[in-house]
Amino acid sequence: MTTSTEPKTNPIQDGHSSEHRERKWQDYFTFSTDHKVIGIQYLVTAFFFYFVGGALAEVMRTELATPDPDFVQPEFYNQLMTMHGTIMLFLWIIPAGAAFANYLIPLMIGAEDMAFPRLNAVAFWMIPPGGILLLSSFFNGAPQAGWTSYPPLSIVSGKSGEEIWILSILLLGTSSILGAMNFVTTIFKMRIPDMDIHSMPLFCWSMLATSALILLGTPVLAAALILLSFDLIAGTSFFNPAGGGDPIVYQHMFWFYSHPAVYIMILPFFGVISEVLPVHARKPIFGYRAIAYSSLAISFLGLIVWAHHMFTSGTPGWLRMFFMATTMIIAVPTGIKVFSWCATLWGGKLNLNSALLFGIGFLSSFLIGGLSGVMLAAVPFDIHVHDTYFIVGHFHYVLFGGSVFGLFAGVYHWFPKMSGKMVNETLGRLHFILTFIGFNLTFLPMHQLGLQGMNRRIALYDPQFQTINMICTIGSYILAVSTFPFIINIVWSVFKGKKAPRNPWSALTLEWQTASPPIIENFEEEPVLWAGPYEYGIDTESIDGNESVEEMLAEVGAES
Amino acid sequence: MNIPSNILTLIAGIILTLVSLWYGQNHGLLPIAASKDATQVDELFNFMMTIATGLFLLVEGVLVYSVIKFRRRKGDTTDGPPIEGNVPLEIFWTAIPTVIVFILAIYSFEVYNTMGGLDPMASHDMGPKQQIAMNSEGQEVALGLGVSPESEQGNNPLIVNVNGIQYAWIFTYPDTGVVSGELHVPVDRPVQLNISAGDVLHAFWLPEFRIKQDAIPGRDAQLTFTPNKIGQYPVICAELCGAYHGGMKTSLTVHTAEDYEQWVQDNTFAQADAPSESVALNTTKSSDEEFLAPYAEDLDIEAEAIAQLNHAHHH
Repeated sequence: MTTSTEPKTNPIQDGHSSEHRERKWQDYFTFSTDHKVIGIQYLVTAFFFYFVGGALAEVMRTELATPDPDFVQPEFYNQLMTMHGTIMLFLWIIPAGAAFANYLIPLMIGAEDMAFPRLNAVAFWMIPPGGILLLSSFFNGAPQAGWTSYPPLSIVSGKSGEEIWILSILLLGTSSILGAMNFVTTIFKMRIPDMDIHSMPLFCWSMLATSALILLGTPVLAAALILLSFDLIAGTSFFNPAGGGDPIVYQHMFWFYSHPAVYIMILPFFGVISEVLPVHARKPIFGYRAIAYSSLAISFLGLIVWAHHMFTSGTPGWLRMFFMATTMIIAVPTGIKVFSWCATLWGGKLNLNSALLFGIGFLSSFLIGGLSGVMLAAVPFDIHVHDTYFIVGHFHYVLFGGSVFGLFAGVYHWFPKMSGKMVNETLGRLHFILTFIGFNLTFLPMHQLGLQGMNRRIALYDPQFQTINMICTIGSYILAVSTFPFIINIVWSVFKGKKAPRNPWSALTLEWQTASPPIIENFEEEPVLWAGPYEYGIDTESIDGNESVEEMLAEVGAES
Repeated sequence: MNIPSNILTLIAGIILTLVSLWYGQNHGLLPIAASKDATQVDELFNFMMTIATGLFLLVEGVLVYSVIKFRRRKGDTTDGPPIEGNVPLEIFWTAIPTVIVFILAIYSFEVYNTMGGLDPMASHDMGPKQQIAMNSEGQEVALGLGVSPESEQGNNPLIVNVNGIQYAWIFTYPDTGVVSGELHVPVDRPVQLNISAGDVLHAFWLPEFRIKQDAIPGRDAQLTFTPNKIGQYPVICAELCGAYHGGMKTSLTVHTAEDYEQWVQDNTFAQADAPSESVALNTTKSSDEEFLAPYAEDLDIEAEAIAQLNHAHHH
């Protein structure tokens, strides 16, 4: 435990100090270099694309309610599917992770801003052009080769849409690299002197692991896409077998980024969960170092498992065995995290508010994605279910059940800090219940579809699968409905919500030591680290917020 | 009545084990298995399902119990106990998944080896075909699932060349010259499929046989299997290959040996009636066109597209 003995001279007050510039609402529409503004810009932009991607998914599920391609044409279906995948990964989950990282890292480590504020703004302002560019492809024949864009199909189906897709991903990837450089530098260089690396909140650890993957993986994707682009518009044959190229090389380069990308998308929310659970369970995180280092282990192992996406493709037998082994080993650090989170809840005093409900929802759904993930690592079984709805079910359990549930937990947890207003808990719980039911109804039956023989990425399917598909479609409508309580809640709370105190959850990490919302350069004066990030149940007997914090400070001062 | 909690835990553990064992065998999620290898894959899946069910019940049980038992009571404003970890417990739950995945990896390796996945003739990727890769005995080396070690599969397999094109599978039987849009094989005889693709990536999937291999333009791939149940099974393309990817399917019929002979004869005669009977290449050509013609309207493809496919198929 690292505590400082220096007592505070001025208790921090809610509201803004006169020394600081006031935040104006116009700042959110400008090239602002404030990490908090950028964080919210990221989050709002990501949510916009979430609703676009979700609408595309609803059209697809409507089409799949019946076996015949009657609602949309198969070609348009493939465009929807490609755009849905691309938007959800590159414009929703990854920017949303960056949103939390931008908003929270400087606050959590007691810094005034990120290490490179201007670079940070540049990184964000690449997202809207990238997203608009991608959406514009709908007017010009959208890409239709899937988010994986495997050649030769991607080279022969619709040139302009495919090229727009490539340019858009290159923009978004560059933004991601710039963000990652900023996160790493900020975490290593800008912590307050009292905070050593082992008293840093776990969210920062998970962002270190994420950033490492972004920095190592994204350039390889960029290389693959640039070569694909040459094949597409300059007529080269890097990947085109008609000219002696090798489509399998593209797959290797693509998955060298895109498997780590799965961890780029889930690790930030592992971090969010590690923050949310202890606060609302009123218990220290169970096994801080195990969780911190397992993030790094996942990051490392995540780099050497990519060919498990290619077991039925151009992967020789011995290589299939190698990638099976490495993939299975990832279950160990992931298992450590899941067990540690369960142990964090065990014996606590669970405050079942929206944030914790989504946190527990995350655990229960991600578990299923993790278990099916280990099954998929087994080559003989993967050969059967590869490219089927089993996979679709699996990765939605990881990306929706994992990332999106974690994301909502984070939104409910930090909303008071970001907006200075409390959310309506009743609407939040309603949002959780509808999401949880809709999510499981949509994606759980997909496992069975895949095992029984329904392949993925199809607009027309065998009539024997209609009943289960209908269940999935109904589930997806419930999911669509579930976003309404959320939107109403957020909009209403921003304008009419109860004013949030500095630390409504009595949390111990530094972001709760400043005003809600934080003042422009975060802290009135350099914050004091008077407790580790998760030391609940030690000094404080009461959760009555501000009062006990001051008592604690006095006690700590007296002890020394 | 006050039952000690360790007895309750024990009972819960026994119930959890029994439910997992039962569900692992009775999940009913898989279609019928039409070969011995498929049965082995199913046993592997059942084993994984048993473990997964156990872990699922354990973790969900802990979550549900926590939500009920440890939720904050009204008026209680205290924190939970300051437990920051427990090293022996953490070592225990690191060791358990390690042991499980170790067992799973060995088991999967065994099954994969039995399926012929490590057959040196069929498990190497020789890269794009500049020249056809041969081993020292002059046999072609391909990618995919080959002959099971210590099995009879290598003896006298029925060889079928499979070509995937948008949006159909073309099966050519080199020993009889039959060309067909459906796959017909006799029961209990090993079948060796040499898989190639004419345009884009496809994947040849037989769900009832639990096998799949991508068809890659410019590369040889192979699947070897021995059907042991008579019946008709779907053949599905499992790699996105264009708008009508979902329509790219046909059937595999497993006949008795006599019915298969009959089918070969019927089809050989049918093709002998065609004017270009003596030239194998022409036979293939005409039959491709014949095969695709009825689909052209359905699939909304133009005549030139078919002509192009045909061209691609033959280079």
